[in-house]
Amino acid sequence: MSEQVTAFPETSQPALADAPVAARQRRRTFARLRATALGAGFPLLLVLLWDRAVAITGTRLIPSPWEVAVMMYDFSFGGIYDDAFSGTILTHIWKSMTRVYGGFFLAAVIAIPLGLMIGRLKILRQLLDPTINLLRPIPVTAWLPLSMIFFGLGPNAAIFLVFLGAFYPILLNTMFGVRSVDVRLFEAAAMLGCSGSAMFRQVVLPASLPAIFNGLRIAHGFAWILIVVGEMTGVPTGLGSVVMDGRTLSRTDLVITGMIVIGVCGFLTDRVIVLVSNRVLQWSPQHHA
Amino acid sequence: MPESKHGDVMVRAVSKRFIIGDGEVEALGRIDLRIVQGQFVCLIGASGCGKSTMLRIIAGFEEPTTGEVLVDEKPITGPGSDRGMVFQDYALFPWMTVRQNIGFGPRQRRLPRREVEQISDEFVHLVGLERAANRYPNQLSGGMKQRVAIARVLANHANILLMDEPFGALDALTREQLQGELLQIWGRTRVTIVFVTHSVEEAALLADRVLVMSAGPGRIESDIELDLPRPRDVSSPEFNAVRRDLARRLTSHLMPRRALQTESAVS
Repeated sequence: MSEQVTAFPETSQPALADAPVAARQRRRTFARLRATALGAGFPLLLVLLWDRAVAITGTRLIPSPWEVAVMMYDFSFGGIYDDAFSGTILTHIWKSMTRVYGGFFLAAVIAIPLGLMIGRLKILRQLLDPTINLLRPIPVTAWLPLSMIFFGLGPNAAIFLVFLGAFYPILLNTMFGVRSVDVRLFEAAAMLGCSGSAMFRQVVLPASLPAIFNGLRIAHGFAWILIVVGEMTGVPTGLGSVVMDGRTLSRTDLVITGMIVIGVCGFLTDRVIVLVSNRVLQWSPQHHA
Repeated sequence: MPESKHGDVMVRAVSKRFIIGDGEVEALGRIDLRIVQGQFVCLIGASGCGKSTMLRIIAGFEEPTTGEVLVDEKPITGPGSDRGMVFQDYALFPWMTVRQNIGFGPRQRRLPRREVEQISDEFVHLVGLERAANRYPNQLSGGMKQRVAIARVLANHANILLMDEPFGALDALTREQLQGELLQIWGRTRVTIVFVTHSVEEAALLADRVLVMSAGPGRIESDIELDLPRPRDVSSPEFNAVRRDLARRLTSHLMPRRALQTESAVS
């Protein structure tokens, strides 16, 4: 215990020696605080550098952090510029989320069962694998014109683009997950009287869950990345369309505000996914992120 | 405890050839064998002699190239819950707790939930894992995992226990303990046990009957009934005589032709 105690000199040693549990708890709290401080400190440092760089170069093309903060306040609560964007943040976030999660869940609902079947059935793999690998390298942006023809102007084209971006990571990770399950588990299940669709539900799916969650997390990131592209398709609201509007209007403060909001939304929702996956995968020793 | 009234195994003219690369390897020559219900049979032999292949054919995981396996006079067509396999590396479902793993077989039979729980509890108790019943496999020691694996197949009313070097990965102390527990369980349930091992000591301790196999192609070289009284005293001269006899037979069958390790290629 004592060598661990010396790791943080600011706490009094005799008390710790008497109460090792309290010491361990305090040590853990300290480690967590330090992690938070380091993780939050770095972006603050970047903001500081940004501020200095703008001040030193005297550029008028990039707003200072303060100007962006004002824009952010107006975007959130209004009352400063009172233009079309004032106090509209929730509407844009909500609209973008419907598209991000529309595309994401659609991708998950199709890619997970398909991945499970492709991973398990050789004939399906032979049938589909080359096509998947042919379509996969095509950038989502290249689909933009076609998706506008298929779905017209509006949210459906955006959902389709998000879907495309989220689909392949989920599919490939699911396939990989199924392929890397120990065959003994299938044998064990078979000898215990499990077969057919019950095998998919009770063995193939749970055994592949760690890989599926990896895929979902990657795909979820892509879904937020693609929201700007998706909302280039002529929708009036959404964080992507705010960024595109800011570009058209040469309002860089609006562009950066939109970027930050997208980043924060993606970050927070990613934490939710990590929480869910840690809960669902608590049996898996190698998963805890 | 289910009273097992079945568990006769008949192996009729079974042979097995594997295609490995361009070549063909004869893993098992023609094997004829009858194991009567309730017998504890050990298969011993050097690696590559086809003992695991034999077990996997009885389990229904591999199809024999020729011949057939009959269980209670009916030819088998694949894995079935009448034959429960206990693997060396446990093959427990890592996302299920001990209790859920044990209840897996009964759940497949679509028994009502109450009954599944009752059976699970009964077999958790049988292997003495009450305190670990809600843990996941990765929170268990090797010995505990193997207890779960045994309980899992017994809970499914397997009449035939197929065990593929089940205690090979355990430390000596745990192995000894589990051997004792297995004998107790066998004494109470009277299931048929086919037990693959490469340990002469283990075979002499456990078996009613020992089949010594040799490689290239795999065949049964000796078929020995052990009439040592139980519980067996490992320090008795009789036990030592049996052990020496088995060891002598095992080494005398060791052939130089073990270049193609068929067993490792399949498992």
